Amino acid sequence: MSISVLLVGMGLMMVAAFFLGRGRSLAVAGEQRLNSLPSFYGILTALWSILPGIALLGLWSIFDSNLIEYAALKHLPEALQGAPESELGLVMNQIYNIANDKYVGEAPVYMIEAANAIISMQKQSAWLQGVIVLAAMFIGAAVVWFAINPQMKARNRVESLFRVGLLACACIAILTTLGILLSVLFESLRFFQSVPITEFLFGTTWSPQGALRADQAASESSFGAVPLFAGTLLIAGIAMIIAVPTGLMAAIYLSEYAPQRFRSIVKPLLEVLAGVPTVVYGFFAALTVAPLIRDIAVSIGLNEYVNVTSESALAAGLVMGVMIIPFVSSLSDDVINAVPQSLRDGSFGLGATPSETIKQVVIPAALPGIVGGILLAVSRAIGETMIVVMAAGLAANLTANPLDSVTTVTVQIVTLLVGDQEFDSPKTLAAFALGLMLFITTLALNYVALHVVKKYREQYD
Amino acid sequence: MTNPDSQNQALTTAQKVELSLKKRYRAEARFKAFGLASICFGLLALVVLFSNIIGNGIGAFQQTDIQLEVTFDKDTLEIDDASDAQQLAIANFDGVIKNALKARFPDVKSRRDKRLLYGMISIGASFDLRDYLKAHPEKLGSTETLWLLADDDYDTYYKTLKAGEPFVGRMNEKQQAWVQSLLDNEQMKSSFNTRFFTSGDSAEPELAGILGALVGSLLTLLVTLLLSFPIGVAAAIYLEEYAKKTKLTDFIEVNINNLAAVPSVIFGLLGLAIFLNFFNMPRSIPLVGGLVLTLMTLPTIIISSRAAIKAVPPSIREAALGMGASKMQMILHHVLPLAMPGMLTGAIIGMAQALGETAPLLMIGMVAFIVDIPGGVTDPATVLPVQIFLWADSPERAFTERTSAAIMVLLAFLITMNALAIWLRKRLERRW
Repeated sequence: MSISVLLVGMGLMMVAAFFLGRGRSLAVAGEQRLNSLPSFYGILTALWSILPGIALLGLWSIFDSNLIEYAALKHLPEALQGAPESELGLVMNQIYNIANDKYVGEAPVYMIEAANAIISMQKQSAWLQGVIVLAAMFIGAAVVWFAINPQMKARNRVESLFRVGLLACACIAILTTLGILLSVLFESLRFFQSVPITEFLFGTTWSPQGALRADQAASESSFGAVPLFAGTLLIAGIAMIIAVPTGLMAAIYLSEYAPQRFRSIVKPLLEVLAGVPTVVYGFFAALTVAPLIRDIAVSIGLNEYVNVTSESALAAGLVMGVMIIPFVSSLSDDVINAVPQSLRDGSFGLGATPSETIKQVVIPAALPGIVGGILLAVSRAIGETMIVVMAAGLAANLTANPLDSVTTVTVQIVTLLVGDQEFDSPKTLAAFALGLMLFITTLALNYVALHVVKKYREQYD
Repeated sequence: MTNPDSQNQALTTAQKVELSLKKRYRAEARFKAFGLASICFGLLALVVLFSNIIGNGIGAFQQTDIQLEVTFDKDTLEIDDASDAQQLAIANFDGVIKNALKARFPDVKSRRDKRLLYGMISIGASFDLRDYLKAHPEKLGSTETLWLLADDDYDTYYKTLKAGEPFVGRMNEKQQAWVQSLLDNEQMKSSFNTRFFTSGDSAEPELAGILGALVGSLLTLLVTLLLSFPIGVAAAIYLEEYAKKTKLTDFIEVNINNLAAVPSVIFGLLGLAIFLNFFNMPRSIPLVGGLVLTLMTLPTIIISSRAAIKAVPPSIREAALGMGASKMQMILHHVLPLAMPGMLTGAIIGMAQALGETAPLLMIGMVAFIVDIPGGVTDPATVLPVQIFLWADSPERAFTERTSAAIMVLLAFLITMNALAIWLRKRLERRW
């Protein structure tokens, strides 16, 4: 039974359960008054039918392939069963390819046998799954159907199920955070077993040579992440130098000086900058800005003193700064607008000019919010991926020269993980360790920033 | 009292202020100019970005064709019946094109030059000829004057010639002379590039199109929308209507706010570790992409849905409850319909964000080179931003042009979605 047929069957079953439950409530009611509307009895029956069905379907789908693989292992010759995991994985891959008709060429007999076993087990499993799921749905519906009587508080039960469902949806946010934390943490711990954490945090050479063969020693590569952190900070720093003054001044001009009409046109236009996908900025940085910067640097003779490359930190930082301008400006705009007008009026009344009022009254009053906004922007810049992947390069140089090529944490995560690698090599695991660093950093920045912003907002409310 | 300050002290405060006024007004003007300059910088960046992309990409909507006298010779094609599909499939259309080129440029003799000459027509042209013969089987053996798709080098050269730009590209003098001869006989033209919108990816720039990536994007977005909108709205309802101020509620809120600011590449790591490694889902399918993007856009949708629910005045709720509605009825019959426009706006903005997202999809293998157009959420696919990323890496100049064109298509979609969101907000949102 294929999954789509099963889903249709489940849907039909649910609809049937609804009508059966509703009909039953009307039938048992007779002369008595029902506690709830008949449709609530129907909904209750349908819910008790579909929920166990979905739960079983989910559980089955999770464990089904693992169980089948475990059973298929029994078909392999004795010699192979004790083989190391990587070798076994290779064999299993081959067997799956045979089972899916993707294998070309001659295969050993035991493999074909295992493949046939897998095919027949998959078929059986699919049938069994269908039968069990539908049976569970039937039992669920039947239990409610027999329990229906006029006194049953069907509406209250439906409402409490509704509430639990909503709560479950809200908890997905927690599960996501947990999922991120666990997935990154576990792989990082495995990484730190082969590479000491001190070397990772304080080492100054980064050259993750991939383990091309399983027996290749990982010692040839070194995982000192300092150049990555330095590169990330350099690019984020350049971006902030562009974005903070520009964004802040734009916000001040828009909220304090600009006439309403000007504001209503310019503000959405600036926000278009935030809506442009980062891959577009990356393309722009790599194709237009980076060569331009290199040409300028070469033409004024900078290349005689420092290293000038076509993949420069400056190009990536500059474009990233432009991307972050609307982010800074709209956050600052919010907090500047939240400063009460009475403060400004007081300052004007004492004879201050608008710029003096802004510099000495509005900005100090809005400072916590602005700082919070800037922290959020920093976390954005650190986590930005596509611009740096396309424009910043891969060379892990430890340099403060913005015209040189540097690499960042996000670039390395992407390069280490794109494509097919062995999942156990330190090279791939290193990406998760970098991800952990990135997650912790941005989490801390966000937490502090949100805290500052929230505290400030309460002040003037 | 004879020091130089004594003169200042003799001035009244009003006089002091008056003396400093000029300087203060200058500072004022300077400050204002800085503000205006910042805005101009932002707008300038926007204009430069857009004009750069459009300038680079507008050419990709045109393709170059070359007119040749094509003879559907039975001996060259090695077939005898053009209505037989099996024979057509193995027919040698490359030979036909080579003969046509040889006939058009009879004085090309050396082997090197011949190879260059045969490179003039795209390898995709033989498929076009096959389709042509399939549609007109009676043309077997006859000679037709047909427009054939030019190779990307010739395409680029022709476009720069037409635009009057300085010459770029890999063309030697002989090749340029051939193009000149074609131009003199009006045997080279450019037409609208429908192939760009109707085919999948290809290693040959002149054959590459965005349809595969576009369909992949739509499938991924479909999964994202179907999952994130109901879950997001449900979470928002719980937080706004049911949740009491408990530790759990606080924790959920902290999590949502933090997730909204977690870098997208981290969601890619999550997808890789959980969906691909733990649940053994296949790589590069829209279903996994949609799941990852769902987790990523969920905070956006929850936050905007909460704002929409908050905007529904309490009087509506009280009226419903007063009429005897239960809490669920009050929410489903009154609050939700009134909050729906705001929620839809948030959902569209979340979808626009998901449509432009690249990094997490790279992690779950949507970077594979996929020629086929995906037919469902479990077929291998790529998405538009990833396609842009892949093309941006290709060295051919024709791919640069196509990258920009694909960006234009992507931006067109994003602008449409955002405009729709703004229109919805203006049109449907009620002020209480």
